[in-house]
Amino acid sequence: MTEVGRPADMARTFAQKALAQASGHESVAVGEIVDARPDIALSHDNTAPIAEIWRQFGQDRVVIPERMAVTLDHAVPAPTVRHAQNHTEVRAFVAEQGIGHFFEVGRGICHQVLSEEAVVLPGDLILGSDSHTPHFGWLGAFGAGVGRSEMAVLWATGELWLRVPESIRIRLEGALGEWVTTKDVALTLIGDLGADGALYRSVEFEGPAIAGLSLDSRAALVNMMAEMGAKNAYMAPDEDVFRYLAGRLLTRPGRRKGRGAEPGETSGEVAGRLRERALYPDAGAEYAAEHILDLSSVQPQVARPHQVDDTAGVSELESVRVDQAFIGTCTNGRLEDLGAVHRVMAGRRLARGTRMVIVPASSEVWNEALSRGWVADLAASGAVFGTPGCGPCMGNHLGVLAPGEVCISSANRNFQGRMGDRGAEIYLASPAVVAASAIAGRIVHPREVVE
Amino acid sequence: MNGPVDVARPFRGRVFRYGDHVNTDVIFPGRYTYTKSSPEEVAPHALEDLDPTFAERVRPGDVIVAGWNWGCGSSREQAAVCLRYAGVGAVVARSFGRIFYRNALNNGLLAIVCPEAVDALEEGAEAEVDLDGSVIRQGGTNFGFAPFSPAVRSMIAAGGLIEQAKRRLAAG
Repeated sequence: MTEVGRPADMARTFAQKALAQASGHESVAVGEIVDARPDIALSHDNTAPIAEIWRQFGQDRVVIPERMAVTLDHAVPAPTVRHAQNHTEVRAFVAEQGIGHFFEVGRGICHQVLSEEAVVLPGDLILGSDSHTPHFGWLGAFGAGVGRSEMAVLWATGELWLRVPESIRIRLEGALGEWVTTKDVALTLIGDLGADGALYRSVEFEGPAIAGLSLDSRAALVNMMAEMGAKNAYMAPDEDVFRYLAGRLLTRPGRRKGRGAEPGETSGEVAGRLRERALYPDAGAEYAAEHILDLSSVQPQVARPHQVDDTAGVSELESVRVDQAFIGTCTNGRLEDLGAVHRVMAGRRLARGTRMVIVPASSEVWNEALSRGWVADLAASGAVFGTPGCGPCMGNHLGVLAPGEVCISSANRNFQGRMGDRGAEIYLASPAVVAASAIAGRIVHPREVVE
Repeated sequence: MNGPVDVARPFRGRVFRYGDHVNTDVIFPGRYTYTKSSPEEVAPHALEDLDPTFAERVRPGDVIVAGWNWGCGSSREQAAVCLRYAGVGAVVARSFGRIFYRNALNNGLLAIVCPEAVDALEEGAEAEVDLDGSVIRQGGTNFGFAPFSPAVRSMIAAGGLIEQAKRRLAAG
């Protein structure tokens, strides 16, 4: 049925399709404000303060417990008594309200865990009280960050207003060169378009290069679009994504109807249903801007303190001494990232005066790195490991910086004071560049260490 | 802590000018995000890593004037709450990070896009902000801005998103 005043024959972007579906409309126009009902509502350590806001509404029960996903990840294990109390309050709330998805200290970072657990599916709308919620675009979902008050209202009502954003299309062609990663692609885009280059917009990736990107690489690129100001980001999901999720759903029974594997279903059948859920932009949809990027033209990049769009080729930097190297976060703490670090560092020692902190993005990443022997090799190189979670990314614990110190990091933000003292400096780069810099004691291209 | 100013009526305050891409980490540092939430706890840390003396100097009704992308970065709502309860009535900028923008209006802190005002407003001088008139005044010059929607104005008049939701839920 076509609704009055809503032309159904127009070509639509991914954002239009996802928000139309989530708000129960046949189609929605760019700029329209819709009341959207998310499939998943994400929160983390901030669940307790959100619950405090929610209790002001006088409700006994949240209205969407089965849609809520809570992960303890931002300061884990608790570094102070106050943090420990916060965790206690989160656990009590989760038990009291029968929250559908809860992940304890050490399971990992919410964005990585909800991906591994196949909690978020293609075509979903996920709203999160976390600014990296656009991450879930790597699965073909619409993810956007909201504030704590908004999350409390969402728990109480099941819906929130959203403006249908303009979209930017980025077509990816070619293939990545040696020592080049999607982190470098992200930093290249942000350097070119600016830290507000996608402000309020949906960044929609498509093109022939996507098929050649690993799933970990896709997640890193989509995740970083938060640093370009994007409301959400999206990458057209393919069979690799459907197979990844199907395999996980088969070993996780008990999901609510339509969101899991039915008894007796094969992997192919589950993947087929995920394919049917997936949303793709129409040919001829209208974009606010269109860009084409040839991945073979990208070189290893570094973002200099204190802005993510102040980028330079790693080879262009003057000698920059490094006190701490950090590997981890929802951007670059996955298995492929630890593999790149291992490739650079195994059999070599950290430079004198340089220390290294590695925090895997999840327990699954940690366990796999252990079983492959990477953890032992990297420990022999001098690296230390933290509990899977966000680590020192936002300056809570596990490797904060002193005044005047320099950190090279695989994270996503190099804001002043982000990882500790405001007099510290953070450079952002790919895991391979971070690892090479830890060995050299200054920021270098990986080939300077390996070749 | 000064406490919030009533932004539904015209208010006056001094101008504090800052630059582009001021992020929520320097507005409210991440090291406090899971231990400090209440207005009383967060207000003394307003702009701590950008302008450490700001929280002592700010007075009710003061206005922050900034460039592009004010409030980019983390979703932390304390970035809006700390400014509001330190006394800031409005942030006037060329553009805003989108989550900060929502958080600000939801907490009754005016987030006003007005490039002409950003070009002209003088540091330290008094300015007046008039929500109903959609205008900022300084030294006899008026800077108009796009009016907020009736829905946003009624939310601000109600005292913010939470107060509005309380009324809506109580009414069934």
